Amino acid sequence: MKSKEPQPKILVFSTNSISDPGIDLAGSAHMHYSTEVQIIPLPCSSGVKPSWIVHAIKQGFDGVFIAGCGGDCSFLADCTPRTSALIKKAQDLMKENDISPKRLKMSGICSVCADNFVAHMNNFQKDLSKLEEK
Amino acid sequence: MATGRKIGVFICHCGGNISDYVDVKAVAAAVANEPGVVVSKNHMFTCSDAAQQEMIDDIEGLELDGLVIASCSPKLHMFTFRDMAERGGINKYQYVHVNLREQCSWAHTNDKVGATEKGIALVRAGIAKASLSVPLTALRVDTIPKVLVIGAGISGLRGALALSDMGLSVFIAEKEKEAGGTVKNWGRMAPDDQHGSAIVKSLLDEVKMRENIMLYTDAEMIEKSGYIGDFKVTLRVGGKEAVQLQVGAMLIATGFDSYEPQEGEFGFGLDGVVTLPQFRDFADHQEGELTYNGKPVKNVVFVYCVGSRQKKSEACPEPNQYCSRYCCNAGTHMAVCLEDRPGDLNQYHLYRDIRTYGHNETIYEEARTRGAVFMRYPDAEAPTVANTADGLVVTVKDKLMGGEEVEIQADLVVLITGMVPKKNPTLMNLLKLPISKDGFLNELHIKLRPVETVIDGVFLAGAAQSPKTMAESVGASLAAVSKAGGLLMKGYVDLEPLIARVDTDKCLWCDECLKACPYGAIEKINFGEKEVAFVVKSLCKGEGACVPICPHDALDIEGYTDQQITAMIDACSKEVVTA
Repeated sequence: MKSKEPQPKILVFSTNSISDPGIDLAGSAHMHYSTEVQIIPLPCSSGVKPSWIVHAIKQGFDGVFIAGCGGDCSFLADCTPRTSALIKKAQDLMKENDISPKRLKMSGICSVCADNFVAHMNNFQKDLSKLEEK
Repeated sequence: MATGRKIGVFICHCGGNISDYVDVKAVAAAVANEPGVVVSKNHMFTCSDAAQQEMIDDIEGLELDGLVIASCSPKLHMFTFRDMAERGGINKYQYVHVNLREQCSWAHTNDKVGATEKGIALVRAGIAKASLSVPLTALRVDTIPKVLVIGAGISGLRGALALSDMGLSVFIAEKEKEAGGTVKNWGRMAPDDQHGSAIVKSLLDEVKMRENIMLYTDAEMIEKSGYIGDFKVTLRVGGKEAVQLQVGAMLIATGFDSYEPQEGEFGFGLDGVVTLPQFRDFADHQEGELTYNGKPVKNVVFVYCVGSRQKKSEACPEPNQYCSRYCCNAGTHMAVCLEDRPGDLNQYHLYRDIRTYGHNETIYEEARTRGAVFMRYPDAEAPTVANTADGLVVTVKDKLMGGEEVEIQADLVVLITGMVPKKNPTLMNLLKLPISKDGFLNELHIKLRPVETVIDGVFLAGAAQSPKTMAESVGASLAAVSKAGGLLMKGYVDLEPLIARVDTDKCLWCDECLKACPYGAIEKINFGEKEVAFVVKSLCKGEGACVPICPHDALDIEGYTDQQITAMIDACSKEVVTA
């Protein structure tokens, strides 16, 4: 039994030391976002394999959100350009698999970016809903 | 599907923090038949000693080789449960922590059905990961036996000396041109009447004598990189000179700012209305009868809770809702100090509640018995201060006299202001430490990890964390010192072995990983007939930048392997059917 109208399902790749605590903070503050948001934590957004993104969409997720470390990455000063390069690669792979590249989003979520994360989830769900209507 | 694994799954109620919003029994039941799961149970508090012992009994009795606990954020209890797994005889890297509180129950307090379904999916992903876990051994690296203390107030100075006592080298960075912090100019302080200025002076004298402490004043952090055990920091000293430091840990002793009342708040801005710090600035340096602007003071009114325990209103859109803790103690102690002076001074203390906890209660009692008058004003009807032809008049409703209105003529009105977070945007931007609702720096866990932060190796020392008395600040600072000392005295830190590994069957040596690795952790070696990549374990940081770069899918990060992540995606995308 579903609690509400079906909502777009989002898989979030978070990062252990930066964006995951930011997402935790949203919960600690009881900020609500959709229960259709699932989170898999990783060490760093530079390590996301494009194949995981395509696999997630094929398995039924409507979108994948990479909550990157942004400029705060404790590993790589150039984490953002590296992650951006991965996004490019992933988008190419998505196109090859007839998946709209709009189903992938990336943003730096810092360890205190709780509001930011919740806003991203709400907006991404809206964008994904529009994608379904087309 | 037979996995050949024996996995135990334990779902925590966290009192009601999880179970009020997630049907934890339904979660345990839903995953009981997942491949490899041999036991699936609930505990009221998985972190309690009793629950841990029961889980260890299950590990031993059922010969578990994998463990999943769904509870709070891994930031709180991952290490607790890793240690428990080891005590039970499972390799601690075969334990998987599922974040069912911060990332499920607390984020979805409005949707129990949805939160329960999400919880099931999260736990399934955890089980999938545990099913593919392998035993690993921690990696040991050397730490830099030096500490950077940020802030040279009483907490920073005392902390620096304690670190120095341990034989660690200390750098202190103070933003102001003069070290000593807020209390350096203050006189008698609660509870033991020592002068703030004397305490600061003795600490500073001692700091200057230590060969292993370097104090930088007029210094600001401009860069920070590195990680626990090995931070690299750049300070700008005297507005220009850049000093590079390499330290193993940092103490944040940046202290607080005093609340600055708005114009007109309790008459602030009128001549004769001052804050407690402003009052101390002149009164602490006077001998004999109290005077203000050269005139003797006969009647002084103290107003408590200024800038503390505020309610949101039009005039106060961003209230400080917290109690500043130190102010009642400071106010009642000041009453005793004034009673000690010659002359017939009348003092009136207008308060909401007196919170002189612990030993400070005796100071409050002394103030009352020696003649200071205390009047309790109602929360919603604060005293008003007006300038009349006869001078300042304070009007207050005395709650304990049935709300009777009392007018007091005052030569001086002292607003007992609370503490507010220190404004330090550049530093906060560099440190990226979480901030609480009140705007102070947030600890990792208020009870269990009270001076640690989400950034490993960075510790909170004093009132930067929350309003504290001097004794409490120093206590917190010394707690931070013992955490930093415990970390650095060992000389090494055990780093997680969650680093890159090479599949030598797949690797065809193309040097892409070598180019991608900023740490020089990849080398080329001969392996049988061919050349393959080799990971230097002490250099690899495990961030995984090499993984998606490899054209042959030959690289994985331990604990986050391609197989594991793919299985987690499969597990958490599976349809959840609940009754």
